[in-house]
Amino acid sequence: MQVSITVNGNGQHHDVEPRALLVQYLRDECGLTGTKVGCDTSSCGACTVLVDGESVKSCTMLAVQADGRAVTTIEGLAGDGDLHPVQQAFQAHHALQCGFCTAGMVMAAVSLLEEIPNPTERDVRYGLEGNLCRCTGYHNIVQAVLAAAGDHG
Amino acid sequence: MIPAAFEYVRADSADAALVALAEHGDAAKLLAGGMSLLPLMKLRLATPAVLVDVGRLDELSYLRDAGDHLAIGALTRHRDLETSDLLGAQCGVLRAVAGQVGDNQVRHRGTLGGSVAHGDPASDLPAALLALDATVVVRGANGERTIPASEFFVGFLETALGVDELLTEIRVPKTGPSGFAYQKFNRRAQDWAIVGAVAVRNGTTRVALVNMGATPLRAAGVEAALTAGASVQDAAEHAAEATDAPADLNASPEYREHLARVLVRRALTEAQA
Repeated sequence: MQVSITVNGNGQHHDVEPRALLVQYLRDECGLTGTKVGCDTSSCGACTVLVDGESVKSCTMLAVQADGRAVTTIEGLAGDGDLHPVQQAFQAHHALQCGFCTAGMVMAAVSLLEEIPNPTERDVRYGLEGNLCRCTGYHNIVQAVLAAAGDHG
Repeated sequence: MIPAAFEYVRADSADAALVALAEHGDAAKLLAGGMSLLPLMKLRLATPAVLVDVGRLDELSYLRDAGDHLAIGALTRHRDLETSDLLGAQCGVLRAVAGQVGDNQVRHRGTLGGSVAHGDPASDLPAALLALDATVVVRGANGERTIPASEFFVGFLETALGVDELLTEIRVPKTGPSGFAYQKFNRRAQDWAIVGAVAVRNGTTRVALVNMGATPLRAAGVEAALTAGASVQDAAEHAAEATDAPADLNASPEYREHLARVLVRRALTEAQA
């Protein structure tokens, strides 16, 4: 089936199998491998991307469901040479170790801050409950998201 | 993991979805947000030959005041419920329970109708609808019919929805902004409830249980005890009566029965506060 999806601002047209997952589409058709497949069961959040600005788990969405929508991946966040404030905050607060969960964490955090621009620590922890990190213990991730919120404000 | 191949039909109206269902019968499954169905398809526990995508039917995404009740379109997302001021003011329990489903990403995609039609006893919202004495509206080739929530959930992942029918609307009573509680017990954030208890006080007190049997259940023994004048503490002791709690990696039936008593007591106490 033909799908037209705006990926990181660029119109993309591909012929996909209806059963193709959005994450496969992004990685294999678009070549955007920043989005990771972690648990593949919609538990870990490593595959989180934005669809029309809202976080979704791309391992549990069909590419055909994104037809006509705008998808943003980690590759589409940074401006011309400037990292997104959430990416900068992750760097400044050492909010990653191995980095496997990071793309999904950042995308979930961007969506969260869109919905709650000035979150409490509890808002951040609750808002990121769909993303698992096996390295950091979450503390620095939460600090980074709070710092990014402060930068927005 | 990738689902087995299927034919994809995108419905551009509720009527078109019904035509597709009539044509394909039980070979077809309806796809709304996909938060329950797609994981089952990836695990090949569900292998529908035809997937009828109703996810774009904006005509079925609404939440409106219908006089003596609220009418909620089946495709209204959990995210829309948990952020609705109207729902918070008129049926606060449903707003609160919607905010406990899965995680943000799941609530951005998942729909009320999808969760209800899936009929998982471990889901949060079906129990809330039971406690609310909600009404489920379904549409088929022969028109529309309404089903009380108490008759809708008939078995494990099994509902009164016919294979050629589309769930279109949920009607909930106006129970107000307070006088409710949802106690959800799980070990990890975002997990399904190991056991959950919903309490709604609106004149009488109604209590429903998550994951204590093949379907969501009303805690009839608790409600009867309260009506007879029992204390919260004593009434909650009836929470596991007439349940059939499952055994799994998380908990034995005995542990779930204990949880039901504790969570019902907490929910009743919180709902009264």
